[in-house]
Amino acid sequence: MPAALQEAPPRPGEAGKPTPVESAQQAGITVVDWVDERTSLSGAARWMMFRKVPKGTNWFYTLGSATMFAFLSQAMTGVFLAMYYRPDPSGGAYESIRYVTNDVFLGQFVRGMHKWGSSVMVILVFLHMGRTFFFGAYKYPRELNWVIGVVLLILTMTMSFTGYLLPFDQRAYWATIVGVNINGTGPLLGPYLSDFLRGGSEFGATTLSRFYAIHMLLVPGLLAALIGAHLYLVAKLGTTAPPWQKAEKRPELRETEL
Amino acid sequence: MSDKRAKHKSKYTLDRGIPGAFEGETVTRRRFMTGTAHTAGAIAASSFALPALGFALGPIFKSTPHHWEVVGNVEQFADNNYVPVILTVAPNIGEAGKTTVYVRKFNPEIDTDPYDKDTPYIAISSRCAHLGCPVRWVDAAERFICPCHGGVYDLLGRRVGGPPVRPLDRFYTRVSGENVEVGPRFSVNSELRRFSPRDPGEPLDGLGQYMYPSRPGAQKL
Repeated sequence: MPAALQEAPPRPGEAGKPTPVESAQQAGITVVDWVDERTSLSGAARWMMFRKVPKGTNWFYTLGSATMFAFLSQAMTGVFLAMYYRPDPSGGAYESIRYVTNDVFLGQFVRGMHKWGSSVMVILVFLHMGRTFFFGAYKYPRELNWVIGVVLLILTMTMSFTGYLLPFDQRAYWATIVGVNINGTGPLLGPYLSDFLRGGSEFGATTLSRFYAIHMLLVPGLLAALIGAHLYLVAKLGTTAPPWQKAEKRPELRETEL
Repeated sequence: MSDKRAKHKSKYTLDRGIPGAFEGETVTRRRFMTGTAHTAGAIAASSFALPALGFALGPIFKSTPHHWEVVGNVEQFADNNYVPVILTVAPNIGEAGKTTVYVRKFNPEIDTDPYDKDTPYIAISSRCAHLGCPVRWVDAAERFICPCHGGVYDLLGRRVGGPPVRPLDRFYTRVSGENVEVGPRFSVNSELRRFSPRDPGEPLDGLGQYMYPSRPGAQKL
């Protein structure tokens, strides 16, 4: 449209009041700007979110995010289960779990999310690991990320093992007895590891609280920190193309048939 | 680089032309400051990390005093069959701290091993020597049988089948007046030689006794 036909912008002071939608948009922008001016977080967010991904990227590449969301679900449901749980081996632990399951509003649902979610997380970890292995994504320069991933796998197993005792029913008790004794069969250090896990030579008064502390304080912190490192390296190094993807030659390097 | 190093060969800061250097001073102040800050940080970190670590590892080195518990009258135990009694191995946690012990009167015809000759009663732990499940005495078969992985033991607690790596643990016994008392646990190898208590799954024959050391806090009876 020629400039002469365009509607003249309102003169200063003549503009009508901004609509509520415009005000709301402006308010949002102002808040984000205020934070960004003081932190430069938008650069980091752009660096993390708007990465180039190779051609051939497919659904298998979502297994890592799926594992992380399984972890976030476990963390969230776990925090709220901790509001009701009592690590008391003389009956209180079992009773508190029974109370959550039978009496608390949505208790059975949240506990079920945590219980079944733990299996989902272990399965997803292995699928993610299989994807990385079969796509050759552990090779240079991503070896360190594989190592961090293996530590994350071990920590996930630690979570599964320590969490299994907490309902403190017959299955939990005997599975833990057997699990701790399997640890003890490691030569030389095994017996000390067993005593560390039990907090003594017999399954005693502090074993349950020890497992509870490892399950909800020690390992989750390590897991969250290492997931951060894992993600940082993914963003820094980028993802790999699937192995069936052939590199495209630049046109001037293409061999021409003679 | 090499001739630059040669120029600063002297270890004295004064010779190296550092401003404000004292005579005889060999460490630069920047280096001293860095070292002091790192040392202070290390001391501060270890002052909370080491006690916390010791606090968590402490139970490994703790020795628990011997504890004797009356389990019954001298009359109620036969010398050819077991009577199950309940023993508290971990106090203050209710059912979870109790274990079953099978008690039988010493029988010179069965208990021919020299290690047992001064034992008034044979008390066999129900803790399977494979991975710690509770075995039960099956009278008809005259065997201890474990429900978890199929460990089978004979009348003396020696392994006759399944995965266990050593015989069932035993407890010291004594008679006090008319009462039979059961004391601390001990483990035995396949010749019924006595060892300080080991966890299940830890063999005590041959190399096993060295691969699975006794607890630092274990006391002689």
